[in-house]
Amino acid sequence: MGCVTSPAPVEIERTESAEEVFVVPEPDVPWVTIVHNDPVNLMSYVTYVFQTYFGYTKDKATKLMLDVHHKGRAVVSSGSREEMERDVQAMHGYGLWATLQQDRK
Amino acid sequence: MPGHFEPIPGGGAAVALDEVEISIIRSLAVQLLELIGPGPAEDASADPLAELFAEGPSEPPADPVLRRLFPDAYSDPETAPASPAEAEEREAHSAEFRRYTENDLRAGKRDNALAVIRTLDALSPVDEGGAVLKLSPEESRRWLGALNDLRLAIGARLEITDEDDTDLLYRLPDEDPRKPMVMAYLWLGGLQETLVTTLMS
Repeated sequence: MGCVTSPAPVEIERTESAEEVFVVPEPDVPWVTIVHNDPVNLMSYVTYVFQTYFGYTKDKATKLMLDVHHKGRAVVSSGSREEMERDVQAMHGYGLWATLQQDRK
Repeated sequence: MPGHFEPIPGGGAAVALDEVEISIIRSLAVQLLELIGPGPAEDASADPLAELFAEGPSEPPADPVLRRLFPDAYSDPETAPASPAEAEEREAHSAEFRRYTENDLRAGKRDNALAVIRTLDALSPVDEGGAVLKLSPEESRRWLGALNDLRLAIGARLEITDEDDTDLLYRLPDEDPRKPMVMAYLWLGGLQETLVTTLMS
């Protein structure tokens, strides 16, 4: 950013309605990381990855792995787009087939 | 125990491998390295900074193995895009993701495959040309990643796309030309399964 030339001070009339200007915008629709079923990846390995990378308990990791296995996919994390890109990259690093998308529900 | 990793007290894992097994794993790891290709640093760039800022490719790889190792990040295989515009958007996002991640992903997979080759080359031979491979916890994690990549690579070559394909492979007749690769695939699966168990215990 360039330097700011200071203009003549402007009188700002503070009224109650001025508060509205600073209202936090609607939070973005969250993004999700989806892991897809893959006949090559071992069930034990997928569970291991969910526990190791996400820090999920063995129960939660196993449940997600079974969802991937039986339903073909599972949402494994949600958050901002940047966070989900990081998770998808990590999943690809482990060799899991993952994609991200906006959670339109 | 042959073909099975066992935990080592204090962390890590060990497996007994014979000469043939060592040479098969080594050769597969070398092939994987060749397929993944050299890093940006090896592209004859004299500027080390250039490597840091080097962008990866935006197009998906042509080779099916590489396409499986580096899939599109924004293409949900189950939900077709609702419109041509959405299809285009997915493609553009996948391309951008690829540019910023694929070099790192390739480097990680290369490091894992190299760790496999180095630990095998460091083996001191024991009776009848075999040896006991002992891995530290860190080496175990690298081996685990490399074994998975090797199985994904062989799986893509054998065109294993659903569970039925795997069942079919178990019943291949001996004269089928895919038989040796299938045997390697199943054997690597056993190694990986037992290695995961040591890491989770």
